[in-house]
Amino acid sequence: MKKEKRKIGAEEKFYVATQWQLMWRKFKKHKLAILGGTILVIFYVLGTFCEFFSTQDLYKQHLGYIHAPPQRIRFFHEEGFHLRPFVYGLKRRLDPRTLRRTYVEDKTKKYPIYFFVHGDKYKLWNLFPTDVHFFGVKEGTMFLFGTDKLGRDLFSRNLYAARISLSVSLIGVALSFVLGCILGGISGYFGGRVDMAIQRVIEFLICIPTIPLWMALSAALPKKWSPIKVYFGITIILSIVGWCGLARVVRGKLLELREEDFVMAAKIAGASELRIIVNHLLPSFLSYLIVSLTLSIPNMILGETSLSFLGLGIRAPAVSWGVLLQNAQNVRTVALHPWLLIPGLFVIITVLTFNFLGDGLRDAADPYK
Amino acid sequence: MAVILLLLSVVAFIIIQLPPGDYVSAYIAELETMKGERMEEAEIIALRKAYGVDQPIYIQYFKWIRKLLRGDFGISLQWQRPVIDLIAERLPLTVMICALATVFTYAMGVPIGIYSAIRQYSAGDYFFTVVGFIGLAAPNFLLALILMFLFYKYLGLSVGGLFSTQYMNVPWSVGKFIDMVKHLPIPVIVIGTPGAAALIRTMRGCLLDELHKQYVITARAKGVAERTLLFKYPIRVAINPIVSTIGWTLPWLVSGGTITEIVLSLPTTGPLLFQALLKQDMELAGSIIMFLSFLTVIGTFISDILLALLDPRIRYERST
Repeated sequence: MKKEKRKIGAEEKFYVATQWQLMWRKFKKHKLAILGGTILVIFYVLGTFCEFFSTQDLYKQHLGYIHAPPQRIRFFHEEGFHLRPFVYGLKRRLDPRTLRRTYVEDKTKKYPIYFFVHGDKYKLWNLFPTDVHFFGVKEGTMFLFGTDKLGRDLFSRNLYAARISLSVSLIGVALSFVLGCILGGISGYFGGRVDMAIQRVIEFLICIPTIPLWMALSAALPKKWSPIKVYFGITIILSIVGWCGLARVVRGKLLELREEDFVMAAKIAGASELRIIVNHLLPSFLSYLIVSLTLSIPNMILGETSLSFLGLGIRAPAVSWGVLLQNAQNVRTVALHPWLLIPGLFVIITVLTFNFLGDGLRDAADPYK
Repeated sequence: MAVILLLLSVVAFIIIQLPPGDYVSAYIAELETMKGERMEEAEIIALRKAYGVDQPIYIQYFKWIRKLLRGDFGISLQWQRPVIDLIAERLPLTVMICALATVFTYAMGVPIGIYSAIRQYSAGDYFFTVVGFIGLAAPNFLLALILMFLFYKYLGLSVGGLFSTQYMNVPWSVGKFIDMVKHLPIPVIVIGTPGAAALIRTMRGCLLDELHKQYVITARAKGVAERTLLFKYPIRVAINPIVSTIGWTLPWLVSGGTITEIVLSLPTTGPLLFQALLKQDMELAGSIIMFLSFLTVIGTFISDILLALLDPRIRYERST
């Protein structure tokens, strides 16, 4: 008896739930999307507070440790288990014939890892000066992802790169969103000649292969520009093509919804056009917009990475994953130092998780199905 | 079609005009550094007149178009050769690689998609799903880098380029052709993989939708052989959306191809464009982009016509 009552309660809840509650319920069922969303939240937190989570300063060079391999975090020592993780020190050897540097773990030196250690000074978001890092070693060195050819810690550089790579795509998508909504909205709501013209422009832009176009546009950014200006320049270039897909979604949905009964009802009730668009039409297709946005972010990330990899996008001293991958351009270097490909791993994971998230959102976007 | 080509020329012209300063000033600066002497004021004015840089922008555009129609694409400052020759040398290879990559995309994507749908949740299905996702998520150049790395590390081969050194600058022969065929697989695989990955997912999804429909059950109940049943009905329906998006894959392939060609340093248009952009050789860069887009548009157009021929339901009528 009691059980039945609860069941009815759950069912009733289903009927009185709002659209967004239903969506959330459906989204939760998509395990991959939840996983993707979690990973993305972690990445964005790491990127936002990259100064805090990184173990070292972005530009700090360790000349004694050039192209040092990643040091593993260990819990086991010869004597047994340690609760506090530690890294072994690195000993450098120079091959007398090939003059190649090789590093071996020096088991006599043990550097324990602590949380909230005092390290390099930095200003969080250029505002709050401090020197507390999330974790690190108090003495010795710790390179979790190895170092590059100038002896800079790649773990820290990857985190700083995450900030730029992830935010470029977000700002780019925001720009595409504004452009796509305005142009798609005009196209779908007014129809006729305006619609024709905008559709032709979109078809035309879709015809042009994007990477060559992006390359040409970003090569035209003046060389003297500051990193900040280049950053915004790249974002704008990426969104020049990005808005097309979104405009199509907006237009399609508007055309479809315009004929719906509830719009007719609102019109008869005397609602103004703006009110119909904002109060009745927008909520009905907002979920589709979010899906389309989520799925267009990976393209932006891939675009930025490709451009920066070629040296046409974000330029050093600013770092993005593409800039870091420039170090991996030479096969011979990569064969000797495979950890230079780690930024690529980050790109793949990010793009994958955005795809998973987008898939989950797409399923959730239509909760009544 | 014609309108799109016209618009393309405008975009190419804008790209050529984008960098600050005009190319005559760049040219003059280069001449001065080469010869080490200053040019006379009169000479500069004469040069500016000859190239028509002193005229308003739209007149420059029309002049440029008129030259294009006569087959004159200007001269590359970097190579000191006519742009059209440079492009003509490399474009056929680009087209060939893109065509092969298209074939690869469909040859891999459709059968694997069908397999994944029929054997849903089998080990093979999971394997291809994972491969498909990675192919979708890895940027082309990274795929190229990783393949090059694996080949170098485990086979000791240095891949890249399209010809071995001894065939680099010799005219075509049987030996050179065989050499090229040996080099082709890597670029074709790299360029084709993301498309194939997307295709696997679409094909699998569409076919799964069809397989659960009632007509399949009816046919099965009637005792139609499994193979005949599959190939006669659901696959033909499921393949339709894929055929109708053939046109869209082309810009994608060309786009991904450009960057792959640069990483693998193939003797195609991609690296040429890259070099031209780095050296601010905009006449060449603009022309390459125009040619690439031009070919894409034509390819899309052809695929649309083929589609209309294949599927009699599609008609290009002006709807009201």
